[in-house]
Amino acid sequence: MIEWRSEAALLSTRPFGENSVIIEVFSASHGRHAGVVRGGTSRKVAPILQPGAQLSVAWKARLDSHLGSFTVEPIRSRAAVAMGDRLALAGLNAVCSLLAMVLPEREAHAPLYDRTIALLDLLGQSDVWPLAYLRWEQALLEEMGFGLDLSACAVRGVNEELIYVSPKSGRAVSREAAGEWADRMLALPEVLAGKGDASNDEILRALGTTGYFIEHRLIKGLGDRPMPGARARLLDAIARVK
Amino acid sequence: MTNGTEDLDNLIALMAKLPGLGPRSARRAVLHLIKKRSLVLLPLADVMQRVGATVRECLNCGNVCTTDICDICSADKRATGQIAVVEDVADLWAMERAQVFKGRYHVLGGTLSALDAIGPDELRIPKLIDRIKTENITEVILALGATIDGQTTAHYIADQLPGITVTSLAQGVPVGGELDYLDDGTITAALNARKAL
Repeated sequence: MIEWRSEAALLSTRPFGENSVIIEVFSASHGRHAGVVRGGTSRKVAPILQPGAQLSVAWKARLDSHLGSFTVEPIRSRAAVAMGDRLALAGLNAVCSLLAMVLPEREAHAPLYDRTIALLDLLGQSDVWPLAYLRWEQALLEEMGFGLDLSACAVRGVNEELIYVSPKSGRAVSREAAGEWADRMLALPEVLAGKGDASNDEILRALGTTGYFIEHRLIKGLGDRPMPGARARLLDAIARVK
Repeated sequence: MTNGTEDLDNLIALMAKLPGLGPRSARRAVLHLIKKRSLVLLPLADVMQRVGATVRECLNCGNVCTTDICDICSADKRATGQIAVVEDVADLWAMERAQVFKGRYHVLGGTLSALDAIGPDELRIPKLIDRIKTENITEVILALGATIDGQTTAHYIADQLPGITVTSLAQGVPVGGELDYLDDGTITAALNARKAL
């Protein structure tokens, strides 16, 4: 029997038979991992199994290739905080659906796990959450191998007037170097490079750029799947916070 | 294993597909039906045949009924201007059991789900918006589950209904509940929704 125990964030649940559910969790040491929770639809267990919940999970299976089963214990529920706040709810959905979609199964991504838990801990703090989410999307791209290089112009090597990102390379491009290709470039708001105005409008512009790479690099590699609708709803929720 | 005839085997196999029943309990149920042939089996078969021929979704609210418009939608005294939005028919029946709500219902047929790719178009949200325009609705009560998907749906619907009073069910300590046995999420929700006495 193969067994392990870890802390994990719950990403999704789906029904399995009459009383059980298949959950997907994200843990530091085992990455995105699925398994069955027997009795997961019961009154006692179902409230624990809400997306974003931090759980202590124990997984066991006869063979490593089996789906296996989880036993779960709650560490921290985030549902109550999220449910009362439109932005937190949209954020929680966006984070969980993106992770469930783009993370490879059973591949550890400990730094991203730590960033995710830190982001989820900020749920409900609407003044800092949009910026924290932007940083998290940048970390997601970095961890998946599509990090943006915004330190210097990809064409001329300068680091002044960097206002574009190349959609091909993910590197910064200066105003001068962009020239007639400017209309094909993505925006590089200062907030994306970790400086300047961090207003929600600027954050939304930056999320437009990170969204491009998530959609065209991360998700496109997974087949013809669309960007999760939850992310669009998050952008809408951020736009409403003025 | 055979249980007599092919028809009986088929009946047991079909009963075993019902929620809460397996092959063993289906056999017990079938034996019970046979023993109570005139009292249960024949009336049950008769009602099931009639329901099977006539059951459909209410064209207005999505409730299940045997006519095009259900009894609740066609009752004039339930035109109170209030409409309770529920996830599925089981929730509507639960609300009706409580005999507290006197308005009408709207069954969404599910909730938005980011992970299952269930968007607004898969639910009966456009029909709800139509009803609000045509039925003089003054208050929409979102009676959706206290889950992430339920509340995501509630916020989405509230955004689609500017100018209408939109309320939702309270969340917190259940009747007969003791704080010691509640999870931290429920206690947080209850504290956030506290009221002055």
